[in-house]
Amino acid sequence: MKLREVAEKLGLEFLVAAAPEAEVEGGYVSDLLSDVLANAQPKQLWITHQRHLNVVAVAKLRELSGVVFARGIRPGPEVIQKAREEGLNLLISPADAFETAGRLHRLLFP
Amino acid sequence: MVGLDLERAGTVSTEVQRVLRKLGVEPEVVRRAGIVCFEGEMNMVLYTPGGRIILLVYDDRIELIFSDFGPGIPDVELARQPGYSTAPEWARELGFGSGMGIPNMEANSDRLEIRSRVGEGTVIRATILRRKSEAAGGRRETGS
Repeated sequence: MKLREVAEKLGLEFLVAAAPEAEVEGGYVSDLLSDVLANAQPKQLWITHQRHLNVVAVAKLRELSGVVFARGIRPGPEVIQKAREEGLNLLISPADAFETAGRLHRLLFP
Repeated sequence: MVGLDLERAGTVSTEVQRVLRKLGVEPEVVRRAGIVCFEGEMNMVLYTPGGRIILLVYDDRIELIFSDFGPGIPDVELARQPGYSTAPEWARELGFGSGMGIPNMEANSDRLEIRSRVGEGTVIRATILRRKSEAAGGRRETGS
């Protein structure tokens, strides 16, 4: 499913819409960067509470379709700037990580 | 690389990937090199006053060499174990220090040599073999 559609259905707000037509094939929930690097799969949407610059690097390295900040967490301008430069989608979910992941799962694997 | 420069950490791995892509290196090798480099540079930033990262590209493999100025690893075998970490609390709160750095480097390289001397520094050499069948588009380019 396209990220744009996922965002609409889950009520996610685009902070950086670098490639809203990117395909989303699944999701991964983690706050540990090395865990994401080891276990997330390309084209997954990464739901996290981390909001520092390295999140952008990890998401790009793992070729994720985007990063969703849970519970309305908003990263600083330097993160947004970096994501724009790197062409990484950033979104905010007003819901917590559990609910965001649950709804994403139901949407992708009904 | 400068130690404790967390803001800029991650830029080396991005640059390494960019260079490898430009050289026409196989996408799978580029992916693995990016992860190895990220973990290596994070270790350098979190635990050392700084160091150097050297990228060598050969026809059959690539090598990433991380050499830092200390403090060295007292027990390398222990450091290789998943879950072992000496990261301070502030680093853990940022999602580092889960004890998966070196295991991730091992998982994404074909050979990982670690030489370390306490008080002097650590040199890590990661070798990633290039499997030609994975080349994008089937053609290998030699530089540009």
